[in-house]
Amino acid sequence: MLSRAQWIAITVVGAALLAVPSTMAALDEPFYTSLIARILVFAIAVVSLDLILGYGGMVSFGHAAYLGIGAYAVAIPSYYGIDNGYLQLLFAVGGSALVALFIGAVSLRTSGLYFIMITLAFTQMLFYLGVSLEEYGGDDGINTNRSEFASWIDLYDDATLYYFVLACLAVCLVFSYRLVHSRFGRVIRGVHSNEARMQAMGFPTFRYKLTAFVISGAMCGVAGFLLANLTEFITPEYMQWSRSGELMIMVLMGGMGTLFGAVLGAIGFIALEEFIPDILDLFGDGLGQHWSIVLGPLLVVLVLFARGGLWGLLPGRKP
Amino acid sequence: MNVGLLIFEQTLNGIQSGVFLFLIAAGLTLVFGIMNLVNLAHGSLYMLGAYAGATAFAASGSFLVAILVSIPAMMLAGVIIEVVALRTLYDRDHMDQVLATFGLILFFNELVRIIWGPESQPMPIPEALSGHVELLPGVPYPEFRIAIIVVGLLVAASLYVLISKTRIGMLIRAGASNRAMAGALGVNIPLLYTLVFGLGAVLAGLSGVMAGPLLAVEPGMGEDMLVRSFVVIVIGGIGSIRGALVASILVGIVETLGRSLLPLALEAVVSNDAAQTAGPALASMLIYVLMAAVLFFRPEGLFTARTG
Repeated sequence: MLSRAQWIAITVVGAALLAVPSTMAALDEPFYTSLIARILVFAIAVVSLDLILGYGGMVSFGHAAYLGIGAYAVAIPSYYGIDNGYLQLLFAVGGSALVALFIGAVSLRTSGLYFIMITLAFTQMLFYLGVSLEEYGGDDGINTNRSEFASWIDLYDDATLYYFVLACLAVCLVFSYRLVHSRFGRVIRGVHSNEARMQAMGFPTFRYKLTAFVISGAMCGVAGFLLANLTEFITPEYMQWSRSGELMIMVLMGGMGTLFGAVLGAIGFIALEEFIPDILDLFGDGLGQHWSIVLGPLLVVLVLFARGGLWGLLPGRKP
Repeated sequence: MNVGLLIFEQTLNGIQSGVFLFLIAAGLTLVFGIMNLVNLAHGSLYMLGAYAGATAFAASGSFLVAILVSIPAMMLAGVIIEVVALRTLYDRDHMDQVLATFGLILFFNELVRIIWGPESQPMPIPEALSGHVELLPGVPYPEFRIAIIVVGLLVAASLYVLISKTRIGMLIRAGASNRAMAGALGVNIPLLYTLVFGLGAVLAGLSGVMAGPLLAVEPGMGEDMLVRSFVVIVIGGIGSIRGALVASILVGIVETLGRSLLPLALEAVVSNDAAQTAGPALASMLIYVLMAAVLFFRPEGLFTARTG
């Protein structure tokens, strides 16, 4: 359960996020609305990864795959003139769930190192599949329309798109929170701490893990769907393996197995990505382009010394 | 060219690319199997080796000097990286190791970009090996590619001797099977691990130098290789040198034959243009399909570390 400090943090961050479009419009900084929308999209992906990584102990090093599938579920129908958002969302969720079912069925038979590498390799395979789809832009990527929902949800209006993303994130957070505190979630956490014991108690652990893996993939597909809408552009690079690594870093930055921490992790990582170059430029002209020389060691330090993540800084029961 | 000769030449290319892949995968599987460390930065070591080689080659004009310089340089780099960054990671879980070494990749890619710039470094094929050998009448084969096969097989043989016939190999095996027990018996485990990591770095660096004349020496060159060597060691069985050799040749042949034959096969079905673009990408997917198939029947890979 959440502590008082954690509730306060959720309320404050939630209120701040609600106020973003009007504040940025008043400040005449529309760029920040789309930057924060981007953060929220990644937060959904991070929540989905945290479900299996933080709670289930499944180190999926290929979560970018579902981001890509969700994005292609917007672009490919749109290429054929189908901009219906309901249909595209269905494709995104259904497609990612199906792929997750396949990848999970093969990779969950293994564990540890093998699991990490197999999920990575399958994502790399999908990356090459994206590159080979010359009709849909190949490795250059392709522009796409935004999805069309009912007339009152006009995604071409930046504020509407922002609130749409925020609503999706809220739904995913509440759903995930309910899920990990349900009987199903307890089984998943039990499998994480002692799979043999759960099996001895009669739980078909493979089926539980696979279900969690599929739910996580489908949720990440939603993030991909939103990402394509946000950028109006898709490229196989959404599925690049380094993207999967970044998602894992965001989970760690926010705090593993915290769900709400995912939002903080996404904010933290993307803010670093945006602002380290500016800060470096202060020290010397042109230093900013070499920002990853700072980010790399920072990650090492983060992994070594900051296990609880940003969420862990709040007083409350540790997961 | 007739199809038989094409297949012969491509199989040879496949073996060459497989042996080359083995040079990288051997170091990776050694570090995995013995130190239980997931080192994503192995691709960066390969890149550093290539840069060290290219720089030495540019300064001296001799490929032999490039190799002789890069070996101690990579040993040194490996030891420094192990002592500074990786030593604390042994007791952590795999995810921490993945993320920390992911951070190292970002660091090294950028370091290389700062020192050498973003453009690729020239590294021509050495004079002495620039000719062709006629293996079959009408099939000239570049000497440099044969040199790669020879070097790879030499490395495989010396690794085998080192691990299973020498005293240091015995200590390495002892440390791998029970770290605490070997330590209690007086083996200096930290030193041993540093040496094994240095050896892995030298192997990665050596393959980087060998790759220089064939592939572009540029930032990020190691990443594609890294993922492919993951596939190799998963197929071969993590920690098994023999498995790595068999799997890399398998992967090399499947990949090369796929790359040359798939577009031809596709041309029969779709337009020439589409086949030329889709073919190579589909061929890149083949090795992952192969991996999935192997794992479906043998989740631990073809060989386990225990069987060698």
